[in-house]
Amino acid sequence: MHPFTYTRVSDTREALAAGRRGGRYIAGGTTLVDLMRETVERPEALVDISGLPLGEITVTERGGLRIGALVTMSEAAAHRKVRTLFPVVSEALELSASAQLRNMATIGGNIMQRTRCTYFRDVTADCNKREPGSGCAALHGVNRTHAILGTSDACVATHPSDAAVAFAALEAQVRLLGPDGERQVPFADFLLRPGSTPDREQALRKGELITAVEVPALPRPLKSGYLKVRDRQSYEFALTSAAVALHVRGGVIREARVAAGGVGTVPWKLPAVERHLVGERPSDSLWTAAAAKAAEGARPLQHNRFKVELLERTVARQLRIVGGTK
Amino acid sequence: MSTELPESAVPPPTGAGESSPAPTRRTFIATSTAVGGAVVAGGAIGGSFLAAPEEVAAAEAPPSSPVSLTVNGSRRTVTVDNRTSLLDLLREHLDLTGSKKGCNAGACGACTVLVDGRRVNSCLTLAVRLEGAEVTTIEGLADGDQLHPLQQAFIDEDAFQCGYCTPGQIVSGVGCIQEGHTGSPEEIREWMSGNICRCGCYVKIVRAVEQTAGRK
Ligand SMILES: Cc1cc2nc3c(=O)[nH]c(=O)nc-3n(C[C@H](O)[C@H](O)[C@H](O)COP(=O)(O)OP(=O)(O)OC[C@H]3O[C@@H](n4cnc5c(N)ncnc54)[C@H](O)[C@@H]3O)c2cc1C
Ligand code: SF4
Ligand code: FES
Ligand code: FES
Repeated sequence: MHPFTYTRVSDTREALAAGRRGGRYIAGGTTLVDLMRETVERPEALVDISGLPLGEITVTERGGLRIGALVTMSEAAAHRKVRTLFPVVSEALELSASAQLRNMATIGGNIMQRTRCTYFRDVTADCNKREPGSGCAALHGVNRTHAILGTSDACVATHPSDAAVAFAALEAQVRLLGPDGERQVPFADFLLRPGSTPDREQALRKGELITAVEVPALPRPLKSGYLKVRDRQSYEFALTSAAVALHVRGGVIREARVAAGGVGTVPWKLPAVERHLVGERPSDSLWTAAAAKAAEGARPLQHNRFKVELLERTVARQLRIVGGTK
Repeated sequence: MSTELPESAVPPPTGAGESSPAPTRRTFIATSTAVGGAVVAGGAIGGSFLAAPEEVAAAEAPPSSPVSLTVNGSRRTVTVDNRTSLLDLLREHLDLTGSKKGCNAGACGACTVLVDGRRVNSCLTLAVRLEGAEVTTIEGLADGDQLHPLQQAFIDEDAFQCGYCTPGQIVSGVGCIQEGHTGSPEEIREWMSGNICRCGCYVKIVRAVEQTAGRK
């Protein structure tokens, strides 16, 4: 680990000032400390933001949720309003990492976490994300866990967050605070596809602070849930996952929100699946037909071809779990 | 297992407000490696890589900070290299070697301790961030000669073989019971999944946690 200075800040003004000087924010530290130890990350100045007042969960006027950036994963998952209004969010969180890590990690840090691509974590390997221009060892390497959607020739790494898949499905907004004030970025625009600049991962300006993730209200009743498929039953990242929210009234699906994880370079929203569902009556054949559109445009690599069918089945199964069969 | 040298080997933190214990084999090694200074920081003792020049230069005066925390009920004030993890602080400087270093990356749970009552991975916790915190390690669970009920249950159920994961399992189990995630063996398995056991003692670990939770 490279040496660094350490500062604790107690208000956002102080944090932004330190951020503008090039300081790196640390929240739970579960991504940052890990990558610093591998010397993948080498910040010279750490700014400890855990004392900032960003630890609240509030219900917005219309029945959405605002989750403060410093709420821990375990607090968010256990929160009564999160559980009742958007079970998909608490399920995604509870199926992430371990109880210990969830006690440390925050919502802001979670959506900022970096890929688990093993070549990215290995400083002796070629990796465009870590060292732009060096190449991508995964493209023709061991790429079984890598992405099949949103990839480029420069990078094929997945975004590892589960909660981000739920936020993408629900069309959340990321609230940011910077030197020029507050702004809000739709989740779909916050995490960036690699293109030719895989080192740029978020639409975050220098020194900007995430203050909250806001989940918009959806018509009720709303059923939602998260399904995660992985190599072992727990404490493992997703091979595929599906976040589903459905508003059914009068026996007809009026609203559908669907996104997939473990398959995209960013959480993968599935508008074609959503369109296929809206206006229809729930049925087994509907779930299968809609899910058949989940892997549209997929570009599998040598070792992850299996993800195409696994993704379709994961989406179909989760539609069935959330939507039932009648 | 991590072959990496603890960052905190250079320099050893200076204890204040705590009389320093007689030198043990461990503190002797830590002190004598510190004399090696820059060479040690570069990892030459581990032998796996050579120090980059800037690393050597930086190692001469790595930024450090004072921190006061409570460990198993006793107040400690130390100055630590900012890179020091809580795990290394405990093991290398406070002589509390019960918490184990398995992966040093959050992936095994051997280093689990309670910070302000919540179970966390001490390998991913920077010690410098723990101003005012209360830390409980495996050494702090027993009440004098009286083992913590979960420690006793691990013995009764024979819930370990090599024992390397056991301190982390027990501290994590204490957290799991406090959180109330012990409704069924399945629930215990899920909420204890952050602790890997290479010897595969899971069935008995779950039984020990279940038995202890049921007694409460
Ligand atoms: C063994 C292991 C298994 C895991 N398994 C899973 C899993 O299955 N699913 C999953 O989703 N995740 C998993 N994770 C990842 C974990 O969820 C993340 O490490 C965690 O959520 C990061 O949050 P943090 O608060 O610790 O972030 P930090 O490490 O503190 O920060 C991460 C990054 O975000 C930046 N940052 C943090 N907060 C802010 C803010 N408010 N504003 C601006 N920038 C900020 C930091 O500068 C840093 O770059 C796993 C991690 C480990 C170690
Ligand atoms: S997939 Fe991306 S992160 Fe992995 S080696 Fe290639 S460029 Fe690096
Ligand atoms: S040593 Fe493995 S989780 Fe900390
Ligand atoms: S008892 Fe050997 S690792 Fe668990």
